Amino acid sequence: MELSLVWFILIAVLWIGYFILEGFDFGVGALLRIVGRDERGRRVLINTIGPLWDGNEVWVITAIGATFAAFPDWYATMLSGMFGPMLAILLCLIVRGVAFEYRAKGDTDKWRANWDLAIQVCSWGPAFLWGVLFGNMIYGMPLDEAGEYTGGFFGLFGPFPLLLGLLTLGLFLTHGAIFLALKTRHEVRDRAKAFAERAGVGTAVILVAAAGWLQLERGNIVTALVSVLALGALVAGVVATKAHRDGWAFVATAGAILSVVVSWFAAMYPNLIASTTNAAWSLTVQNASSSPYTLKLMTWVAVVMLPFILAYQAWSYWVFRKRISAQQIPLPQLAAKVQG
Amino acid sequence: MDPLSIARWQFGITTVYHYIFVPLTIGLALLTAILETAWVRTRNPDYLRATKFWGKLLLINFAIGVVTGIVQEFQFGLNWSSYSRFVGDVFGAPLAMEALIAFFLESTFLGLWIFGWDKLSPKLHAMCMWLVAIGTTASAFFILAANSFMQHPVGVQIDAVSGRPKLNDIGAVLFQQLQLVTFSHVIVACVATGAIFMVGVSAYFLARKRDLAVFKPSMRLGLWFLLVSSIGIVITGDMQAKIMTEVQPMKMAAAEAQYTTQANASFSVFSIGTLDGKEETFSIRVPGLLSFMGTGDFNGTIEGINDVQAQYEKLYGPGDYSPNIPLTYWNFRLMVGAGFAMVALSIVGLWMTRRGRLPEKRWVWRLAMLSMAAPVIGNSTGWIFTEMGRQPWTVVGLFKTADSVSPTLTTGAALTSLMLLTAVYGVLALIEVRLMVKYVQVGPLGAQEALASIEKLPPPDPDDPNAHTSDENRVLTFAY
Repeated sequence: MELSLVWFILIAVLWIGYFILEGFDFGVGALLRIVGRDERGRRVLINTIGPLWDGNEVWVITAIGATFAAFPDWYATMLSGMFGPMLAILLCLIVRGVAFEYRAKGDTDKWRANWDLAIQVCSWGPAFLWGVLFGNMIYGMPLDEAGEYTGGFFGLFGPFPLLLGLLTLGLFLTHGAIFLALKTRHEVRDRAKAFAERAGVGTAVILVAAAGWLQLERGNIVTALVSVLALGALVAGVVATKAHRDGWAFVATAGAILSVVVSWFAAMYPNLIASTTNAAWSLTVQNASSSPYTLKLMTWVAVVMLPFILAYQAWSYWVFRKRISAQQIPLPQLAAKVQG
Repeated sequence: MDPLSIARWQFGITTVYHYIFVPLTIGLALLTAILETAWVRTRNPDYLRATKFWGKLLLINFAIGVVTGIVQEFQFGLNWSSYSRFVGDVFGAPLAMEALIAFFLESTFLGLWIFGWDKLSPKLHAMCMWLVAIGTTASAFFILAANSFMQHPVGVQIDAVSGRPKLNDIGAVLFQQLQLVTFSHVIVACVATGAIFMVGVSAYFLARKRDLAVFKPSMRLGLWFLLVSSIGIVITGDMQAKIMTEVQPMKMAAAEAQYTTQANASFSVFSIGTLDGKEETFSIRVPGLLSFMGTGDFNGTIEGINDVQAQYEKLYGPGDYSPNIPLTYWNFRLMVGAGFAMVALSIVGLWMTRRGRLPEKRWVWRLAMLSMAAPVIGNSTGWIFTEMGRQPWTVVGLFKTADSVSPTLTTGAALTSLMLLTAVYGVLALIEVRLMVKYVQVGPLGAQEALASIEKLPPPDPDDPNAHTSDENRVLTFAY
């Protein structure tokens, strides 16, 4: 197999890892005040993802870094072309990243309420915008001969990208709620399950619409197959939640996210970003890749490092496997002292 | 303003801002790991108290370092897409390696460290902080390899068709002499930053005679590491100057505002004049020192700006190949000054606190606290010098800054992102300082509290029917 194709697949793997992992912590952040409701509930939510979210986020840093290394033109067009949404995501990741740490370190209700709002807004934002970004790349963008985007800011918000934005938002909310059902007890868990069931059904409707459009636009046999799988997995997730099988429900929504991302990359291939101006100007796996030397080097690094990364991340999930309930949250004044 | 200038401002602001927090993270992670190891080995609760105290300050600081690092990775694509296209084949590789080898490690194990006190054995828990320290250091290595390539491109061949550099020797990129020296210089500066932070904060407590059992050892640990690392800064800085004189003579000539080529060139400690080489009203000079710094020989020849300019015009065509001279001149002096100041401070500090002494004079403690500014000045001016001194190039000799900016970047978009990011940075800096001050004032935990906070849950009693439930309701020893 050509190394450029290997890297196309590896980058897909990185995005799948990212959307499955940060997907649920975006979901948890987005549900902070909805499922968390009161102060203790919100703290339960934050503590389910506290030890994990930072490691989850490295998946996107790696996906973007690997894109830079393996397909520099893709990286350049993706970021400079979608400047506005990318900047918004960046600002959200900044604020969200400090919010978890800083929220616990103030004393007043107003301080915590402000950070809660920040966490919530900065989780909804990227959860929606990642879908919009992929929507543009899959649908194709007006690129000129040099691979530069010529469509302007509002050109990025066509109906197809917006639909995909709703899809990622729905998937992450459902996935996050199911993660909460898996990781909590009592009232928080009940609220999370109730939300997961409703969000799951809504997301299934969006998924049907998005997959149908994808099929009409860039469809092939693979996209059709995995789209069906995605829908099946999502429905299975809702059913498993109803049946109180939280672990299976989580596996199911993870499977739904995996299938959806596979359908995207299958729809894109062999393009990375199709040019809607002139098909000959599209960025493809072939014409936008780095030299064989760089790809070979990167392949070695990835092959050696990925097993370690998966092993120690899995271990950290194992260490923090226990469910958390509101009764276990220490009092705030105690927390301020004991932290660190 | 044009998009290019705005993008340059954004890069400068982000880099300097990012680099206020990163060295402290790297230095404090190492020192915290050492303190925790001391706790594991001696079981002296004062070391545990120290570990928790410094660890908390580390976490407040870590968060901003991480998130501004993401901006760095994205902004090459956002603002500098032509640069990214040109150099992606070689520049992306160390960036991806940084993520795969360093970022996963530090972020995963930091999460384990923060929340794992009661879940991991003390040894395993201490190991987590060591892995965080190793991760942050590895991260510095890869990003500096990418930067060293921009300072002195090696390991590549220019592609005949595209005109872009193609990587053909990753070993050369990762281990070129400039990179090894730069990495050493940066790492010792990071250790010095963490050490002097420890000294300054410990001084606050020692001056008030608070928690001496925690802060006397911290003070001594900080001072010893400061001594070793600041001497390391001077040595590696000297080595770096020599290599830089070879690979970027323009930068070193600009550092001294030296216009004509000279043997036995003097170094001006301070100079008042126009810095354009035309007039100099007053200066304090050390004869031969510049030659020594650049070549290792007091009679060595140092090329002047005008001569390098003439050579570059022959090589690369007409244009201005000199950086902003006053800026490079003064940043260089501030950087070197901060380095020597830290050497002096560590010696004075070690002398004054010898054999458990605590100076009575208040100004001593004030000075120790003020000294926390020295590494911030040194690190910032060091980066400004090294990046501005490379102008007009992004990749020296290969690619110019003016050609690097995204062609689609509009003034409006560039200005929006500059303003938004700077505003967020400003707010976060205020919050960070406020939290740091607050948590310093709170001080370390008492010995009992500290020990209680790492208590591991005993195994559930098999004879007790309610054991499982009590485990479920047990309050977490650590929670956000």
